[in-house]
Amino acid sequence: MTEPLDRTNDTLRGSSIIAAIKSAGINIVLSVPDIWTSKGLLFPIANDKELRLIRVCKEDEAVGITAGLYFCGQRAVSLIQSTGLLDSLNAMRAMGLEYRQPICMLVGLLGKEPDVAPKDSKKVGVSIIEPVLDAMGITHHLIETEADVPKIKPAIDAAYAKPEPLVLLIGRRPDAT
Amino acid sequence: MMKRDECLEILARHVTEDDIVVAIYSTAFDWITIRKSPLNYIFTGAMGLGASHALGLAIGRPDRRVIVLDGDGSLLMNLGCLVTVASVAPPNLYHFVSVNGSYEANGGHPIPGKGVVDFRGFAASAGYPNCFAFSDLGPFEREIPSVLGLTGPVFAALDVVQGKPPVLDYEIMHGDKTREAFQAALNAK
Repeated sequence: MTEPLDRTNDTLRGSSIIAAIKSAGINIVLSVPDIWTSKGLLFPIANDKELRLIRVCKEDEAVGITAGLYFCGQRAVSLIQSTGLLDSLNAMRAMGLEYRQPICMLVGLLGKEPDVAPKDSKKVGVSIIEPVLDAMGITHHLIETEADVPKIKPAIDAAYAKPEPLVLLIGRRPDAT
Repeated sequence: MMKRDECLEILARHVTEDDIVVAIYSTAFDWITIRKSPLNYIFTGAMGLGASHALGLAIGRPDRRVIVLDGDGSLLMNLGCLVTVASVAPPNLYHFVSVNGSYEANGGHPIPGKGVVDFRGFAASAGYPNCFAFSDLGPFEREIPSVLGLTGPVFAALDVVQGKPPVLDYEIMHGDKTREAFQAALNAK
């Protein structure tokens, strides 16, 4: 058991995340709505004239679309829920791992407790995510506070440079500021 | 009912060297013997995503036609992609589905709803503005030029049976060289 992380009073702003993905050259966001990131990310992205939002019906569609865009030199990110990530793992296996493509995802870690590391969560849907990603060898980072936001651009740049898939786990509901 | 390879040979006469063709599984193996081009995108990786790859390509390269040769079993796995494609409405995307009622690459088992489901109806209900179904080579040969001349997204269900058994070369499908050749050809123009 790791030490509890007291992050109750920390904040995470949606605008910071949006600025970070733009700075990494993302111009397309593919999404299935997630209540965890709905207010702080998806609504602002839908209203952002610099980003093109494509609403997909199922999360693995986004993996295929991202792959097609990648061949055309365009960077995209998926904005989905951790449940949708689990539903997309075969597509990630194929395109991200076997074909080594930079499939980048912002994944709402729905229900993550603010003072508990994800793997120590009492919620199965939270606790299994990082071990699953580790088992697949997919690079991931926890984005839970403003202090984590500077990880985003270099992580996306690295995913495209290698190339390899990337999952950025959104560990709290971003504020709509 | 048409033989798939004969149907694809007719289609190939109307595919230009600049067109991107996304082809899945058994259809892909037929296709690459008919149209030899680095712009054959046969590496969709996971079943059910042919149209999704095509949509990404169609958005990323609006200057090219993107033709997707899908399968009925594959499309059934992700019917929502029809709605996504229709919502985005790429004018350069042409979606053909080989309807053989079979998971041909997985033992030839029948698809659920074989002979009942209406793939053209699915696409029309999803919002594709132009939807067709062909079951004979004659009408297909006559109409394909005008079908490919329409503004996309266009959908066509092709009632087919397997023709000559394709050579299943999975190294060509999944190997790095095929993707590298595609990327180089796409970058060249």
